Amino acid sequence: MSDASYVREAMLPAQKPPASETGVVHWVRANLLSTWGNIVLTLLAVYVVYLILATIGPWLLRSVWTAGSLQECREIIEATWGEGKRGACFAVIAERWQQIIFGFYPRELYWRPILTLVLMLVALLPILFYETRRFSWWVGVLFAAALFGSVWGHASPVVTVLVGIAAVCLGVWLCVRGPQYLMWFSLIFPAAAFWLLWGGTVWLPVTILLGFVLGYGAYRLVSALNGLAGVIAAVVIPILWWVLLCRAAADVLQGIVPIALVELGSDQFGGFLLSTVIGVSGITFSLPLGILLALGRQSDLLIVKSFCVAFIEGFRGVPLITLLFVASLLLNYFLPPGTTFDVILRVIIMVTIFAAAYLAEVIRGGLAALPRGQYEAADSLGLDYWKAQRLIIMPQALKISIPGIVGTFIGLFKDTTLVSFISLSDPMQIVSSIRANQEWNGIYWELFLFVGLLFFLFCFSMSRYSMYLERKLKTDHR
Amino acid sequence: MSQPAIDRSRMQVSNEIAIQISAMNKWYGTFHVLRDINMTVMKGERIVVCGPSGSGKSTLIRCINRLEEHQQGQIIVDGTELTSDLKNIDIVRSEVGMVFQHFNLFPHLTILENLTLAPIWVRKVPKKEADETAMYFLEKVKIPEQAKKFPGQLSGGQQQRVAIARSLCMKPRIMLFDEPTSALDPEMIKEVLDTMIGLAEDGMTMICVTHEMGFAQAVANRVIFMDQGQIVEQNEPREFFNNPKSDRTKLFLSQILGH
Repeated sequence: MSDASYVREAMLPAQKPPASETGVVHWVRANLLSTWGNIVLTLLAVYVVYLILATIGPWLLRSVWTAGSLQECREIIEATWGEGKRGACFAVIAERWQQIIFGFYPRELYWRPILTLVLMLVALLPILFYETRRFSWWVGVLFAAALFGSVWGHASPVVTVLVGIAAVCLGVWLCVRGPQYLMWFSLIFPAAAFWLLWGGTVWLPVTILLGFVLGYGAYRLVSALNGLAGVIAAVVIPILWWVLLCRAAADVLQGIVPIALVELGSDQFGGFLLSTVIGVSGITFSLPLGILLALGRQSDLLIVKSFCVAFIEGFRGVPLITLLFVASLLLNYFLPPGTTFDVILRVIIMVTIFAAAYLAEVIRGGLAALPRGQYEAADSLGLDYWKAQRLIIMPQALKISIPGIVGTFIGLFKDTTLVSFISLSDPMQIVSSIRANQEWNGIYWELFLFVGLLFFLFCFSMSRYSMYLERKLKTDHR
Repeated sequence: MSQPAIDRSRMQVSNEIAIQISAMNKWYGTFHVLRDINMTVMKGERIVVCGPSGSGKSTLIRCINRLEEHQQGQIIVDGTELTSDLKNIDIVRSEVGMVFQHFNLFPHLTILENLTLAPIWVRKVPKKEADETAMYFLEKVKIPEQAKKFPGQLSGGQQQRVAIARSLCMKPRIMLFDEPTSALDPEMIKEVLDTMIGLAEDGMTMICVTHEMGFAQAVANRVIFMDQGQIVEQNEPREFFNNPKSDRTKLFLSQILGH
């Protein structure tokens, strides 16, 4: 006989959990006070937090924001809070923050780096949030900010008005016509940034961009005859153009239609501006190079493979500082005499190469994590090597490698402070020179806090973005 | 096993050759994995390849779309010889569909994108048309409602049917199946086999590596038995199962049908 009490005749609906399983009380009990040992540890931790806050809190509270020197700061603090009290002297940041951020960039030209930064955000948005179509109104906001930044930066009235009108028109146009055009802006942004930051004739970045167009044209023309010759032409013709004709063409065009900004030398770059220029360029150029190196390392072609292995192992095995010294001192010996090769450009190349070698290994890890079946499925559908890489393999391999890639980027960005060793003025170098002043001699916490905060903001936002990206790309539903 | 009712009206074997393999040899390093393979597959034939594990049956069909490279002999697929010429390989691959044991769907793309990717990028079909074709084949494998989902959200049987539909979207002339039901739960095997039977009824040229002997008896017009990298025996299914010639075949059949 069957026991009917074990058989449900009607299915039960889900019920609420007991009160002790949810809520604040449950959380505190489970996470802070679950055993006697944990109660002791919790109390200890609370005490440590209290100690830290009790030290930093008053120090921050008694901060001084306007003073001419450290001495004056101390006097104000003692006058306000009593004899022997100490407090933060943020007056140094109020007085010198522009130097920490812009280095020796002329004050009346600050609008140029600010505009570049805003345009960089405009250029990055369609790449960072390529699937989200809602960012288009952000573009309008950013262009308005660009207008504000350029007015605020005391540009000459004519330039201010022109830039402002152009920005608003372009912003409105982009908002109306849709964000797909923004990709084109992202593509030409590096040249625009170069022109805005270094100044000089507008025709130089234009002719540099023209090199890419020439390469593409050569590829389309020659690859119709022979695929390999097409690739070679696409590489050789732009390089010849850049080395031999680019500058001359720019000069001729400048003679016909003169458009130029005040030209600045690389010695006027410094502070956070320098770090950002090197860091962002390094990040931008190292990712594609790293992908190519990772693919090359997996290649069946012996020469390609050995070259990539030698490149990766060689540059990964050398400290970055050595490469920077090579960039600043030795490279000039190898170049033909008389060639001027901008020092920041040299540093960017070295940082890019260094980071690319690391990235290649990170991405190789992602490639190795893909099942063999993905390659076979792509092959069996008739996709050729590059299409399979682009559509099937890389999207997955890069997704797996996101934490490692962003880790490398963060490392790269912080490593830009190493350029102080080749007498470029990174933020730390500027801090040292401020501290060498008589008025601010003896101050350190406040300045380092400020520099640290700037770096933290940059690195933390990269980290948060990578987590956002990982969440967005999560399609495996495991 | 109960025999499904099969519509044989369109299951006609033509006298045109689809695949011609002659004196083909393959080695993995020093291991001689395929030995002097000769076989001809006519258009519309449905061939089941069986044999013990390690007998080279998967390797054989993977040679047909050159996922594996053969070292000696000749493979001609639909008039194109497979050599190291990449152009020929791509031609053959876009004409030959393949279904894998582990489905190998692209996990980062939706079902619909899985189906339209190759038509759009290889065949240069406009996206709208590719979407329509994809939906047609999803209807055919009876899961059109899953089009917007990702492969990870589907059951094994559904994933394998998507994989079949993905191959079909390229309008292949030949379909290769590499143990399509071996990784599936028992209750899902039937839905995949039904899909394959439907395909056979439409007159597709098929080569299936499988241990589903019921499928072989119902659909195949020829069963090939392989052992140690050689074709040991081939016959039409009734003869093959009831009256096997070689001792090795008898032993194999007694092992897989014996319980």
